[in-house]
Amino acid sequence: MSDTPVTYVRTQMLDQQAPPTSEVGPVRWMRENLFSSPMNAILTILSLYVVYVVISHVGPWLVNGIWDADSLSECREIIAATGDGHHSAACFGVITARWHQLVFGYYPSELYWRPVLALVVFLVGIAPVMFPSLPRKLYIVTMAAPFLCFWLLWGGSIWFPIAIALGFGVGVVAHKLLDANVSSLAGMIGAILLPLIYWLYICGPLAGGLASIIPLGIEFVPSRSFGGFMLSIVIGLSAIVISLPLGILLALARRSDLFIIKTCAVVFIEVIRGIPLIVWLFTAQLLLNYFLPPGSSFDLTLRVIIMVTLFAAAYIAEVIRGGLAALPKGQYEGADSLGLNYWQSMQLIVLPQALKISIPGIVNTFIGLFKDTTLVVFIGLFDPLGIASAIRATTEWNGIYWELFLFIGIMFFISCFSMGRYSLYLEKKLQREHR
Amino acid sequence: MKKTVFFGALTAAGLAAGMASAATLDDVKARGSLNCGVTTGLVGFAAPNAEGEWEGFDVGVCRAVAAAIFGDPTAVEFVPTTGQTRFTALASGEIDLLARNTTWTMSRDVDLKFEFVGVNYYDGQGFLVPKALGVTSATELDGATVCIQTGTTTELNLADYFRVNGITYEPVPIETNAEGQQQYLAGACDVYTTDASGLAATRATFENPNDHVLLPEIISKEPLGPLVRHGDNEWADIARWTLNALITAEELGVTSENIEELAATPGNNPEVNRLLGTEGELGAMLGLEADWAKNAIMAGGNYGELFEDNIGENTAIALARGLNAQWTDNGLIYSPPFR
Amino acid sequence: MSTLTDPPKPGFRLSQLIYDTRYRSITIQVIALVLIVGAFWWLGNNTVNNLNALGKDFDFGFLNSAAGYDINQRLIEYDNQMSHGRAALVGILNTLLVAFMGCVSALIIGVFVGVLRLSKNWVVSKLMAVYVEGFRNVPLLIWILLIGAVMSESMPQPREFRGEDATQSMYFSDNVAVTNRGIWIPRLGFANSISGEDAVAPIDGATPVAAGGADWLLILGTLALSLIAMRYVRNRADKVQQSTGDRPTIWYQQLAILVIPVGVVLIALGATIVSPYLKGFNFTEGTHLRNSLIALWVALSLYTGAFIAEIVRAGILAVSKGQSEAAAALGIQPSRTMKLVILPQAMRVIIPPLISQFLNLTKNSSLAIAVGYMDVRATLGGITINQTGRELEGMLLMGAFYLALSLLISGGMNYYNRSTQLAER
Repeated sequence: MSDTPVTYVRTQMLDQQAPPTSEVGPVRWMRENLFSSPMNAILTILSLYVVYVVISHVGPWLVNGIWDADSLSECREIIAATGDGHHSAACFGVITARWHQLVFGYYPSELYWRPVLALVVFLVGIAPVMFPSLPRKLYIVTMAAPFLCFWLLWGGSIWFPIAIALGFGVGVVAHKLLDANVSSLAGMIGAILLPLIYWLYICGPLAGGLASIIPLGIEFVPSRSFGGFMLSIVIGLSAIVISLPLGILLALARRSDLFIIKTCAVVFIEVIRGIPLIVWLFTAQLLLNYFLPPGSSFDLTLRVIIMVTLFAAAYIAEVIRGGLAALPKGQYEGADSLGLNYWQSMQLIVLPQALKISIPGIVNTFIGLFKDTTLVVFIGLFDPLGIASAIRATTEWNGIYWELFLFIGIMFFISCFSMGRYSLYLEKKLQREHR
Repeated sequence: MKKTVFFGALTAAGLAAGMASAATLDDVKARGSLNCGVTTGLVGFAAPNAEGEWEGFDVGVCRAVAAAIFGDPTAVEFVPTTGQTRFTALASGEIDLLARNTTWTMSRDVDLKFEFVGVNYYDGQGFLVPKALGVTSATELDGATVCIQTGTTTELNLADYFRVNGITYEPVPIETNAEGQQQYLAGACDVYTTDASGLAATRATFENPNDHVLLPEIISKEPLGPLVRHGDNEWADIARWTLNALITAEELGVTSENIEELAATPGNNPEVNRLLGTEGELGAMLGLEADWAKNAIMAGGNYGELFEDNIGENTAIALARGLNAQWTDNGLIYSPPFR
Repeated sequence: MSTLTDPPKPGFRLSQLIYDTRYRSITIQVIALVLIVGAFWWLGNNTVNNLNALGKDFDFGFLNSAAGYDINQRLIEYDNQMSHGRAALVGILNTLLVAFMGCVSALIIGVFVGVLRLSKNWVVSKLMAVYVEGFRNVPLLIWILLIGAVMSESMPQPREFRGEDATQSMYFSDNVAVTNRGIWIPRLGFANSISGEDAVAPIDGATPVAAGGADWLLILGTLALSLIAMRYVRNRADKVQQSTGDRPTIWYQQLAILVIPVGVVLIALGATIVSPYLKGFNFTEGTHLRNSLIALWVALSLYTGAFIAEIVRAGILAVSKGQSEAAAALGIQPSRTMKLVILPQAMRVIIPPLISQFLNLTKNSSLAIAVGYMDVRATLGGITINQTGRELEGMLLMGAFYLALSLLISGGMNYYNRSTQLAER
């Protein structure tokens, strides 16, 4: 067979040829991604039309925006002078003139560094939790951060946050001493009771005494001066931070075998989650004073923080319950077989793992909470939307509308979107680790 | 009380707003500032300016009371309240005084247990319509869409008025004046109704105020005034007589310009002397300093000056004195004598 | 002397309450119960003291007194001389209406967007991503305000429809009017109404018509019966298919069962379409969808729709690729794979989070306050509280309503969820 003469054999390789133009570059990409079927082509054209309509309506308005005007009438004059007679230009002058109020509310302008520094302290404090690769020494900042932030934001004597922080020290010391010398139950009770007694009876006089001996402090800023995004962040962050321990306790209680404790946790969580936040805010505004001893009265911002904390605790509890349920049963059994008691097994084995799984959920809860802080406008607090209506109530900017919403919306979008991406990144990372 | 120790620590840290006990004056003095409830923003009556300082006619009353107590018109914490939250804020002790163009009605006085200490603005509910509608009377408004602030007496007045006249309307409830203005200007409602002063203030800020008219009907009496809680008569007296001092000062020609001069030495008008504390013990009767009224008047001027500076004809709001002229000028503003 | 340790003593020592794990749980629970009861007693006691100090009592009698205010959107008869209780009921119905409409449209939007976001079409999937991220990351309140502003600012005023030189005209041959006060759509009127309402001619010269609850009940009842009958026919067809392998063609039977009875009822009632027309300041007749309802409804649907889209997308991605490949191998058309193979399986993943989104939507409907929609918070929790000064009673009733509604929805949906859940082995 091999001796059949071969009439033609190519002896050298052909040069590589360029693929047909319809199969390469943008054309191919468009064929595959935009016009793969008639249905797809219709969708593409429809979508492009929508994009075109939106851009052609909003684009000129945005691009022609007037940035330097001190009042709406001045801005309108500029538009009338330059434009073609149509009112198609935004008056961003309101943002250049009032951005500081939208961000800081009525916080004294010479003290703006304080909330900024507080935010930095908070971020540094939260960094070791978020990024485990950081040195563990940073946890000292984490523990000090709440008190430092509180002091930076409200100001006043430094001894009050220190005295309150000491209460936790009292608790830790009491727990260590009693646990080692008496019994673990006594340690638990001591760790709860002693700090309470300290806070109720000793903390106030101690701080007052120290403050009168060594008056060390910064200018006090009442919470009524808080506003804008700063208020949203303060309410959101403090609610999340305080609600974490509460949420953990609630989640543990809901999974507990003890009937009464379990029932209480279930009722609390379901009642809080079943009623809209705005009703809870009105409760804080209208009713909280009824429930407290006659004569005591909190400031509204604090009442709102308490209410939002309770609200967040119920949601956080559900997130952590999910984390606890996702943990393999072997972990619980392993802890039991090591002879650890309930609190030890929770503290050493279960919670560290469950909390790690729950972090994305907690971040998502925080995003929701942060967005929900806009609701405080309805009880007369100056969140960004409240500031926007206050700005509109002044003679200079009466009648301005879209520009403020746009600014507020974009600010919220940037912060929520980036946090959402972070939580997504965490979820992916967790998935990789669990493989 | 044991619990208050902890709360006390918080008070010192500045988080607790204070105690609402029987002796409001003592609480206010201990706190060092007056908690005064105002609106969240109504041009001319109360609104924070670019620096975040509150300004306006109602704000002037708050500052006068603070000045009467502390001699310092800035010793006020302004608590913004909405139509929905104002009464609870007062009842719960969160604020000591509510100066938020609130109508004095019997049920508020008696059933809600408040005490109105006087009237700082005689108002009535009116209607604002675009000229283009061609409406000249409220009775022609059958079937119209009406923007109305919820939680106010105007809502009830409106329902009564249309019912009495046998005509129908479509209410569009709104929360704040700014929102009402926006809805009205956009034409989402034909008519905007609220107190005539508020309508004038709102109209003043329009691009073309002359395209809009106030209808001649004033369908209600709206005496607006500051109010306090029932049960603390001494505190109510301070608020009442501070307001009266402002009114009397205008009547007697005491202004922020000549007050230093008049207060320096007793003059020959005994009532001015009593008012300014150069004669008699009126301040001590209230539990205040002798120069309480002088301080109150110096805070923002007398009643007339407050009016002219904030809502008068030379401001953007351009309200005429009308009913709110002194009784000597055929108005209703009338203070009992200082004697 | 015995070297043996003592046998455990029968009987009970007090120290067992602390050290014996069998009894310790009881101790802890009793202590917890005492603490909780104590806390409630403390709160209740404070409330009583505070109410006494303010000279108020705890009394729901205000619900029977005249409300005195008007409500623009009422699904049941109401005027300002009726009681606060009636006003609260009108508000409750309005809340239920917007929650129901929102849930339905959010589900539709969510499913469409969720599917489209997985589309291979680059433009479409990116556009959907922009929509989803835009709505998820900006507070709902801002969206409600924005959509409310768009409605009132950029739609034409009713007066622009008037006269010979009208600058605006109605859509769908003068049947639908889109104005900045809302949208007017035609309604049904019944010439032979059984509701006992007075028949009124919508326009001079037209047939007098009326419409009442009884008419609609009759129509809906007929529709429900038809649906039951259709189900019966389908079940029978299923049985035939099971036994013989051939499925009888039933679509024309189904259609007839659906259309004919309702049509007969409509004709018997003398149904006519009543279109809106301009009269005085506003359009009249027809059904008026107010701005507040539209803004709230659209914002709630778009916002919740974005969340549902993500849930749907996650649900679809959770169905393993082998399923669609198996469907292709079986020769199922690609266009039907989604409906027949993917979505039914994805549903199991989708439904639990979907329930919580419906709950969120219902609770978020309380943001009606931003656009002045007269829901239960605006009537009972707003104006009524303000006019009567009954914060405690009003807030309690409103809280109870929302709680009951939430529990009902989650209970009902959980029941449905359990019935569709895969029986696990």
